Amino acid sequence: MIRELVCINCPVGCRLRVELEGEQVVSVSGNRCKRGESYGREECLDPRRTVTALARVSGSSRPLPVKTSRPVPKQKVMDCAAAAAGLTVQPPVEIGQVVLKNVAGTGADLLATDSAE
Amino acid sequence: MRQVDIAVVGGGSAGLAAAIAAKEAGAREVLVLEREDELGGILRQCIHNGFGLHRFKEELTGPEYASRYIAKARELGVEHMTGVTVLELGEGRTITAVGENGLIKLRAGAVVLATGCRERPRGALATPGTRPAGVYTAGAAQKLMNIGGFLPGRHVVILGSGDIGLIMARRFTLQGAKVEAVAEIMPYSSGLARNIAQCLDDFGIPLLLSHTVVDIKGRERVESVTIAEVDRNRKPIPGTEREIACDTLLLSVGLIPENELARAAGIELCPSTGGAAVDDSLETSMPGVFACGNALHVHDLVDNVSAESERAGRSAARFLLCGRREGRRAHLLQGEGVSGLVPQNLLLPAKEEVKLMFRPKKPLENAVFSVLCGGEELLRKNLPHALPGEMAEVVLPASLLPGEPRELTARLVGEEVL
Repeated sequence: MIRELVCINCPVGCRLRVELEGEQVVSVSGNRCKRGESYGREECLDPRRTVTALARVSGSSRPLPVKTSRPVPKQKVMDCAAAAAGLTVQPPVEIGQVVLKNVAGTGADLLATDSAE
Repeated sequence: MRQVDIAVVGGGSAGLAAAIAAKEAGAREVLVLEREDELGGILRQCIHNGFGLHRFKEELTGPEYASRYIAKARELGVEHMTGVTVLELGEGRTITAVGENGLIKLRAGAVVLATGCRERPRGALATPGTRPAGVYTAGAAQKLMNIGGFLPGRHVVILGSGDIGLIMARRFTLQGAKVEAVAEIMPYSSGLARNIAQCLDDFGIPLLLSHTVVDIKGRERVESVTIAEVDRNRKPIPGTEREIACDTLLLSVGLIPENELARAAGIELCPSTGGAAVDDSLETSMPGVFACGNALHVHDLVDNVSAESERAGRSAARFLLCGRREGRRAHLLQGEGVSGLVPQNLLLPAKEEVKLMFRPKKPLENAVFSVLCGGEELLRKNLPHALPGEMAEVVLPASLLPGEPRELTARLVGEEVL
């Protein structure tokens, strides 16, 4: 089977062709760099995304932007966003600070991507 | 009147990079004037990741990217004033601004205009229908959500497939709202392919190419929009109308460089880019005034804004320290297939390479970009895939340029795809 994908690693957006035999990736083509090959492989076997979302800050109307510390399984994306939305963080928060450990059971943490006072 | 070496108007990604580069190139007093209450510009509200892959070799969110530049500016001693709006740029590079403490008057050795861009508003589209609440530009909805902490709607239709619209389709979805569809009047998207993949396809949001909004219904709040397919001339095809129930319509229909200051100062503007006409050092028609970033021409990537703005900052520092460059200006014209060409003129004889930036007018395959001078081809470059949504860059080496000022023309020809 051939799967056609767009690589999401960078703005070039290479059109990838991934050749699959059952659960095995036979080849990846169309990529202009190594990242494309690993993306094509992973996207077919274990698709993952970095999730960016918003958490609440106690005593402030301005939300805190957060991201997962690493890409999480695609089917957990909505759970991670919901976990962030349900979270209220106590200020002050430093950029890069862990605000939630093991978000939605993914093993990844939620990190603040901005500071809050 | 206070005198500074370099005044930078705008403290977003362009202004910060220009100020840092000017300082590093030897300017002593560099002052950034920012209208908002904090530095960082539009990056503040772009909480998604994907910034900085070229610059930092890692994927950062907007606030993270901004924070690196803000920290660098602070470390180098770049001064800034926030909550200050520049009202006028006058003779002798005088600046009039207004802030909390009243009027501010400055004189600058050189000025960098880094005022960013605006979203094309709904009025510019002449969409029929009533005028209920719930119609937002994509960037306004982004600010409401990511800075203001509001959810602007629960059932959303997006008109236009620009990158901000695509990003907002995903933001709304992650925030628990339902995005019904993205309608794009052109037969192709102006957004990046990766954003279509990760913001629409990931969530099963349909992208309807060659479709537009023909009606908006609702009294107090949007209740539905009607979309229809369009023909080759972008006219709605009768009988293809479809009503979609929703409470929100987002517009992601393009960005326009913000140049009110430059216009009022009598600086020459370019109708194709909407920004100032500049030479190869990014100097405008007003000596010692430089332009960069989205105020000069709308970019796809912040990494490119930073790189370009560093050039503007270095050029401003050179003007300050060494005076205006010597040479004669030659026009660089847009020929067939090329739009938004920057720079619009260059100084000859050239001492350095000239970086050309432009957008293809149409999607082309196996395209050939060339620069012509009086029938002679100075440069030829193959572009296998040329898309209007992706700004192209071509470097013209100084050795290929004529010694005397002669008019140059850039051209792009290739096979049309559709």
